[in-house]
Amino acid sequence: MKISAVPYVAIKALSRNRMRTVLTALGIVIGVAAVITMVGLGQGASSEVKEQVNRLGQNVVLIFPGERQLGGVSIGGGSANTLTTQDARALRDEIPEVIAASPEVRSQTLIVYGNRNYHTRVYGQSHDYLQIRQWPVESGRMYTEDEVEQSALVAVVGQTIIEELFDGSDPIGETIRVRGVPLEIVGVLSRKGMSLMGSVQDDIVIVPYTTAFQRISGRSHAMVINVQIYDEQSMEIAQAKITDLLRERHRLAPYQENDFTIQTQEDVAQAATETSRVMTWLLASIAGISLFVGGIGIMNVMLVSVTERTREVGLRLAVGAKSPDVLLQFLIESVVLCLLGGIGGILLGVISTEVIANYAGWPALFSTEAMIVAVGVSAVVGVFFGFYPAWKASRLDPIVALRTE
Amino acid sequence: MEIVDLNGITRVYRSGALAVEALRGIDLQFSEGEFATIMGPSGSGKSTLMNMIGCLDQPTAGSYYLNGEDVSRFDKSKLAGVRNRTLGFVFQSFHLLPRTTALENVELPLLYNSDNLSWKEIHSRARKALEIVGLGDRTDHNPNELSGGQQQRVAIARALVSRPKILLADEPTGNLDSRTSFEIMDLFQKLNQDGLTILMVTHEPEVAAFSERIVTLRDGLLRSDKKVTPANAKEALANWIDQEDLEIENEMKL
Repeated sequence: MKISAVPYVAIKALSRNRMRTVLTALGIVIGVAAVITMVGLGQGASSEVKEQVNRLGQNVVLIFPGERQLGGVSIGGGSANTLTTQDARALRDEIPEVIAASPEVRSQTLIVYGNRNYHTRVYGQSHDYLQIRQWPVESGRMYTEDEVEQSALVAVVGQTIIEELFDGSDPIGETIRVRGVPLEIVGVLSRKGMSLMGSVQDDIVIVPYTTAFQRISGRSHAMVINVQIYDEQSMEIAQAKITDLLRERHRLAPYQENDFTIQTQEDVAQAATETSRVMTWLLASIAGISLFVGGIGIMNVMLVSVTERTREVGLRLAVGAKSPDVLLQFLIESVVLCLLGGIGGILLGVISTEVIANYAGWPALFSTEAMIVAVGVSAVVGVFFGFYPAWKASRLDPIVALRTE
Repeated sequence: MEIVDLNGITRVYRSGALAVEALRGIDLQFSEGEFATIMGPSGSGKSTLMNMIGCLDQPTAGSYYLNGEDVSRFDKSKLAGVRNRTLGFVFQSFHLLPRTTALENVELPLLYNSDNLSWKEIHSRARKALEIVGLGDRTDHNPNELSGGQQQRVAIARALVSRPKILLADEPTGNLDSRTSFEIMDLFQKLNQDGLTILMVTHEPEVAAFSERIVTLRDGLLRSDKKVTPANAKEALANWIDQEDLEIENEMKL
């Protein structure tokens, strides 16, 4: 058979039944679009997660009390009381790579302003916490090291607090009460948005950790120590030095396990991207199932089409088509059908990714690999599901086929 | 020279324990340039014989030399080649592809031709074949836009396009009215005069009358084989009085 006649005959046959061709291809269109959208959104979510991890601050390590496993990263409060404010100070003063260290203590509590109150989180932190988090103040100032030393009754508040207690007006100089302790607001934090875990980071009051430990939380040990390292190259050596220093300070014998855990941004990022990766796979495999169902639709239509076109097959055989020619014709028809579906699916997928990403506020990421794979898969689907009907057509007896009504 | 040479052709259909002999030893020869008709009641085996000559079926026993080659020994793929190059088929129900232009219908056999013709060559050959059957101005029409006679002409053009040695026509006028049947016979006689061998199956004696030889089958055996003087289709058409015209004439007489 003439080679260029193969796709010609297939496309002719498909265009002879346009409505059916479109409806059949629709199954593949939806399948491919689903795969591309899911992968695209998954990757968008992953990159968003990475972005947020970066927003945690540059070259930051978190030290948690107690032994934790890396696999099950949890951001809960410290379960053990092993980290002290002195540890934090020692880290900053004795390790040159450490440029800031803030012992953290959190309390969920009610804050009162005039006749209004609001439930929020109060954080005890050192004066360099905002530097660690790369979180500038919008107005006013951060409290100073001296104020921390003196357990000064000052606070820096997030945007949510202004909205809830001050109706958006300037709160600097005003006094709020936390567990009966009057705190003067000296600064307002710029807007930070949602955290990785979905909490509103702007819903926060930050006070000197000394004040928090003595007057608010009633705790004696830090829940976390936030540490900033000088640069990325020093990360590893700094972690080793931190481990050594803390072991020495906690008087741990060589056979004893660490009573603290160091966690880097990468660890957090890994856990978070792992989650979004699993989600991506889950969604992509559901999308894959819809592609499979689309393929079965194609097989169904091709089978009907072979039965319906028995006379045509008989005629083709009578005028000199060989069995492989007929097989090839139906196979190519089904592959062309799937490829048309694949191309339509890419278009639809790109559009829906764009729309959903826009709605969710993620970057829309299109993976070329996903597109190539989707089109490749749809071609394979075409061959796989088209083969049986095509084989059936090629096995027809021309005499019987011509006589069919 | 005998272009079709059948010797002791037997065809047995088996279904389970039952065996039906459709052909029971046929010896039959056709020379190049003949216009012959195969007749017989239904069940006589004429269709089976036609399928045999058309290389769509293989004999259970006996030999079949087509154009000097023993095609009864050919495999399926070689038979397809023979059908494509040496034979042209015309069917009772035309078998045109729907929603496909006359030109594309005629081109069909050339797509399966092993000569690998250029598209230009394919188009021009198909156009020429349509001109031969008098449809040079209908190339872009779909079958549903053509009359029955025109559809059969397209089918004949399709049979001619690969320049076959033999035209095989199975009840070519079965779906046509008498006048159109005569037009088709006129076309057949013209093609036959140009040297084409035509074998036709029909059960209509008035159609068979246009051929020069009538072979009759009965119960799978050759019953009679006689040369006849063919009626002239052109004349028949010239003397044609439409049944409708006749009725109008009668009415006027009254």
